[in-house]
Amino acid sequence: MRYVIIGNSTAAVGGVEGIRKVDPNGSITLIASEPHHTYSRPLISYLLLGRTDENRMKYRPDSFYEENHVDAHLGVTVTKIDPEQKYVETSSGEQFPYDRLLIGTGSRPFVPPMEGLSTVQNRFSFMTLDDARALDQVLMPESRVLIVGAGLIGLKCAEGILHRVKTVQVIDLAPRILPSILDETGSAMVQEYLEKKGVSILTGTTVERFDGHHATLTNGTACDFDVLVVAVGVRANTELAKEAGAQVGRGIQVDGEGRTSLPDVFAAGDCTETMDLASGTTHVMAILPNAYLQGEAAGQAMAGRDAPFDNAIPMNAMGFFELHMITAGSYDGQELVWKEKDSYKKLVLRDGKLVGYILIGDVARAGIYTSLIRQQTPLDEVDFDKLKDHPQLLAFGPKTRAEKLGGVPR
Amino acid sequence: MKRVYVNEKWCLGCHLCEYNCAFANSGRSNMAMALKGVTIHPRIQVEEDPVRDIHFAVNCRHCEDALCVKSCIAGALSKKDGVVVIDRDKCVGCHTCVLVCPYGAIMPDESGLVMQKCELCTKNGRDIPACVDGCPNEAIVFEERG
Ligand SMILES: Cc1cc2nc3c(=O)[nH]c(=O)nc-3n(C[C@H](O)[C@H](O)[C@H](O)COP(=O)(O)OP(=O)(O)OC[C@H]3O[C@@H](n4cnc5c(N)ncnc54)[C@H](O)[C@@H]3O)c2cc1C
Repeated sequence: MRYVIIGNSTAAVGGVEGIRKVDPNGSITLIASEPHHTYSRPLISYLLLGRTDENRMKYRPDSFYEENHVDAHLGVTVTKIDPEQKYVETSSGEQFPYDRLLIGTGSRPFVPPMEGLSTVQNRFSFMTLDDARALDQVLMPESRVLIVGAGLIGLKCAEGILHRVKTVQVIDLAPRILPSILDETGSAMVQEYLEKKGVSILTGTTVERFDGHHATLTNGTACDFDVLVVAVGVRANTELAKEAGAQVGRGIQVDGEGRTSLPDVFAAGDCTETMDLASGTTHVMAILPNAYLQGEAAGQAMAGRDAPFDNAIPMNAMGFFELHMITAGSYDGQELVWKEKDSYKKLVLRDGKLVGYILIGDVARAGIYTSLIRQQTPLDEVDFDKLKDHPQLLAFGPKTRAEKLGGVPR
Repeated sequence: MKRVYVNEKWCLGCHLCEYNCAFANSGRSNMAMALKGVTIHPRIQVEEDPVRDIHFAVNCRHCEDALCVKSCIAGALSKKDGVVVIDRDKCVGCHTCVLVCPYGAIMPDESGLVMQKCELCTKNGRDIPACVDGCPNEAIVFEERG
């Protein structure tokens, strides 16, 4: 069996490990544009922060390709998939035949058209190791940095660089920060915290026009800066799949085993859209755990074993300057809210089940909540009063506890 | 593989497992020196309901299909001979493992910057996990079960 994998990040690594669980012998060829050993994308902000380095942020050990018998072609871009003849072609014209193909092309930064953007000399995205290296080169103690976008990536960038520049100004068109992850109360709490730490934040406005080091904002004010980071969003890299004829929405459409609409072509990770168990809708989730689990499920399916990943939900663990927050699921339902000075908790219930939550400050043991969402556990089977208090296994009955902790078979 | 199993009926809720865990992972040779006057950060934690007189200890289950390993954004968690281990040099303390662990069995260490978890005392030179070794009532055992 000849496996070909496009990409070298989380989904691809999940794919390799999934294949090797089932098939130790088939040949795996991995092709990726980035020339680096597989590294952890979310760690680029920690790299700038000095909490990791390029060696420690490798996603798998140096021996990964060799141990898994992967023929890795790094620094090589795939330009075409031929689903009939079953080969992929690279920018240099080289062709790689496959029996099963995994597309793990991920996402790229979305840069909206902005007037005068080309007049800005120091302008960056914040997605890749090369982005982080390039940004690292220009940051100086006197730099004034403007970050457009107050989502996870923009704010992680702010955290990563604040200590080494003069000012960090974040702006976002949305009325609040982290709009897709937090609710209004949570956003306000985190914004206040970030501002106390020294990050300036302006919401409800964006750049109308750039002119060199000068940005005119839509709210009538202006901002001078030395370095610009654009982090307004990401787009799934679906082009290869689309041109090959696969069904593509905002992401490549796949089933729980990562099958696309093309025979023997699978896809996983940020380039796909998946069913969100908590909301019942299909969308691009773009988070690392799902990329791995999808890649692993696809890899196994490619090698002939069905082990579907069918309980994807949006979920995030985030920390900014040691304030931690964990969120999961959907916020559409009945809300239970607890707010204290330094912590916030919201549980969301629908149809007698937990479907979502937000924890800020005290995040201990949050996975017990996540598991209730993913398992769709009816809340009348657990002691929900205990769970309201905090996540704990005491909320389960003695039989479940014996299974979970006592090794008693179900 | 041998794992730590809980027999909650036998648990007295004495919390000795927590102290033995903290000591075993303190790197110190004297228990009093290691634990006196400090807030301990054990990797095993006792849950209790005093009203219903229920107590039991919770630590990492070393899951077959460990979600924490698959979800770790840093590649810091891995499986070694069945044991879920953490490479603290790689961990950046993002808490994604806390987000996914269904047992609530992984937590930050005393620095708050890196996570810690039960590694069955494989890194501190013991044959039997300290929590099990010191349990006065066999409420936690270290056994091979199917
Ligand atoms: C700053 C930052 C912080 C983040 N923080 C978190 C977090 O805290 N938690 C979380 O869950 N997620 C986080 N994410 C998201 C996470 O990084 C992604 O979900 C994850 O990287 C997705 O993995 P992937 O393998 O699907 O795609 P990607 O990581 O995007 O990798 C795509 C791969 O495909 C290759 N490629 C693309 N096109 C081609 C082509 N045509 N030919 C050959 N190769 C190609 C690329 O070189 C790359 O190797 C963060 C992302 C960023 C940027």
